[in-house]
Amino acid sequence: MTTAATVHEAADNSEGSSPYALSHLDALESEAVHIFREVAGEFERPVILFSGGKDSIVMLHLALKAFAPAPVPFTLLHVDTGHNFPEVIEYRDRTVAEHGLRLHVASVQEYIDAGKLRERPDGTRNPLQTVPLTEAIQQHRFDAVFGGGRRDEEKARAKERVFSLRDEFSQWDPRRQRPELWQLYNGRHAPGEHVRVFPLSNWTELDVWQYIDREKIELPDIYFAHEREVFKRSGMWLTAGEWGGPKDSESVETRLIRYRTVGDMSCTGAVDSDATTLDAVIAEIAASRLTERGATRADDKMSEAAMEDRKREGYF
Amino acid sequence: MTTRDTQLAEQLSATTLLRFATAGSVDDGKSTLVGRLLHDSKSVLTDQLEAVEAASLSRGQDTPDLALLTDGLRAEREQGITIDVAYRYFATARRRFILADTPGHVQYTRNMVTGASTAELAVVLVDARNGVVEQTRRHAAVAALLRVPHVVLAVNKMDLVDYAEPVFAAIAEEFTAYAASLGVPEITAIPISALAGDNVVEPSANMDWYGGPTVLEHLETVPVSHDLTGCHARLPVQYVIRPQTAEYPDYRGYAGQIAAGTFRVGEQVTVLPSGRTSKIAGIDLLGQAVDIAWTPQSVTLLLEDDIDVSRGDLIVPSGDAPATTQDIDATVCHVADRPLTVGQRVLLKHTTRTVKAIVKEIPSRLTLDDLSQHPDPGQLVANDIGRVKVRTAEPLALDSYADSRRTGSFLLIDPADGTTLAAGMAGESFATAEAVRPADDEEGWDF
Repeated sequence: MTTAATVHEAADNSEGSSPYALSHLDALESEAVHIFREVAGEFERPVILFSGGKDSIVMLHLALKAFAPAPVPFTLLHVDTGHNFPEVIEYRDRTVAEHGLRLHVASVQEYIDAGKLRERPDGTRNPLQTVPLTEAIQQHRFDAVFGGGRRDEEKARAKERVFSLRDEFSQWDPRRQRPELWQLYNGRHAPGEHVRVFPLSNWTELDVWQYIDREKIELPDIYFAHEREVFKRSGMWLTAGEWGGPKDSESVETRLIRYRTVGDMSCTGAVDSDATTLDAVIAEIAASRLTERGATRADDKMSEAAMEDRKREGYF
Repeated sequence: MTTRDTQLAEQLSATTLLRFATAGSVDDGKSTLVGRLLHDSKSVLTDQLEAVEAASLSRGQDTPDLALLTDGLRAEREQGITIDVAYRYFATARRRFILADTPGHVQYTRNMVTGASTAELAVVLVDARNGVVEQTRRHAAVAALLRVPHVVLAVNKMDLVDYAEPVFAAIAEEFTAYAASLGVPEITAIPISALAGDNVVEPSANMDWYGGPTVLEHLETVPVSHDLTGCHARLPVQYVIRPQTAEYPDYRGYAGQIAAGTFRVGEQVTVLPSGRTSKIAGIDLLGQAVDIAWTPQSVTLLLEDDIDVSRGDLIVPSGDAPATTQDIDATVCHVADRPLTVGQRVLLKHTTRTVKAIVKEIPSRLTLDDLSQHPDPGQLVANDIGRVKVRTAEPLALDSYADSRRTGSFLLIDPADGTTLAAGMAGESFATAEAVRPADDEEGWDF
């Protein structure tokens, strides 16, 4: 350099020369395990939100590692929209049984049947999950609720803390968040309040997939390319089903597709893909010019602040 | 393969993680720099860019406003300001990055403290036309207080000073002298134009007099792992793992994330605050037995003797135990809207231990602009940094923050509603406090 700007040249700039370097996946894993153990140490009734989607599957895997060889000291909760992919529900139930876990299910369908929620004209049930989720948290008096949300998913999520305090209505107030300093998570809350906890906050979609690959974690088949009857709505391939698609104007065709996310069938789009292996999926995601949610989520496109608004109401 | 395919194939092989923070006041071009880093490193995907373009258009702007990439909240977009720290993720062939994007607005101190607390590197932005200003000194002081290992001075808007080397050299020299006097261990100055893209990702053709790295090159090559052999090993116990199953009837493991240093099987250890000793019988690294483990691995330690150990205890090598104390001298940054006062009863969270405490004294409040001190301010309000003396109800095994960011830091919490009041750093404030004493400060300051 031409100026005296560098005070000390680093002794050694080459990576990997230190025997103590952690890979990025090891660093993320260690951080997530630390978060799980903090919650186990500080809360009375934690629960893991488990949908059978890849993020919640990775969460469960991390929790299993965090407490091994003891069992996971948490129960699971699934907010069931009633419009699930059968493969995912099958995976969910098999996983719960395999690890001897306890699963609570909050059912959107039951709320609709009881007249407590009304079906939306567009058939999308994702926004309807908030009430059953909130009521399940109150009913079971859960004080910490793990979610698989990642900050890379969406710009409102980029603003959320690892420990996110929610009031008795589960509401998120982005202007009243506690600063989060060092690795000192403050989980104190008043009775009725709870904390949403996001152990995968610092993971990206690619990190999740590389971790799944490294740990050889099994996933529901719909994450890999398969032939399926789909139809196009708002630029996305949706699976035909009893939830209300296709309409008369929409035509069904068989395509080779896979899912990047799983969620409510009415708003979770498939992507054209021939990726049948983890390696192929990882290569495909690395080359994609679309974010995970941009490619597959109809509900995020409702408005510029759709996610923020739903989070304020109590959504994840 | 296209260039992008090649680049992405390389990204898959990137193995290390760098956490860094940005600091800059509103008009220094911080959002533009962040936008440029994300955009030029191809980390902004089509749908995100389309959303930014659409939002920019609807606001009547004819070019995409890259700041909209980082302003995630309704209120931020409405007011065109950044309210809160946001975290961004991007990757290059060399490395993955977590960027704590800290706003430069009125609440700068607590936000920058938040971002800097986990950062291994801080980028301080300066407008080349204005040079080192009060705000710059504040940012440097916060980076020094938080002991961020690497500081980058990005002299921005070089295009507006004709890319003149003397302008850069003068600013770099002034900043380097100031930051070095605060004890910042490594400072790198880079002349850039975030708007034009000079020296952010691509080397600038406009500044051939500059032979150093671009901002991104520097981020990619700065060392993130340190020699741990000289560090005091520390394991705060988070949770006791006792399966009590047929397969593991007697397993009793002490789980935690190693806060500093290394632990080895066979090592003699002491458990604080009780002072009981034992030997490490085994280390489980998430289900796999290992002989040695180091920071920041999350592990489970098994001890030879069945001694009483619980959450909140600290396991340390027997020959290298910190003193336990109930009287803590520290620098705190006040992060809450309600003040911190002398006599106030608080909770103190240190590693995995939360104890009752009382604020005995607030000897001084620091003015970051000129590092002068105001004795006995009586209270600290939001964004204040000051010295405090805290008495705890139970002894704590606290290191100096200078020795360990992890075991020398703590939170003060309001016991009534759980509000995080202050971020604390035990021990001396700056690495070389006497060197920065202002000439006109007859008393000096006893940090």
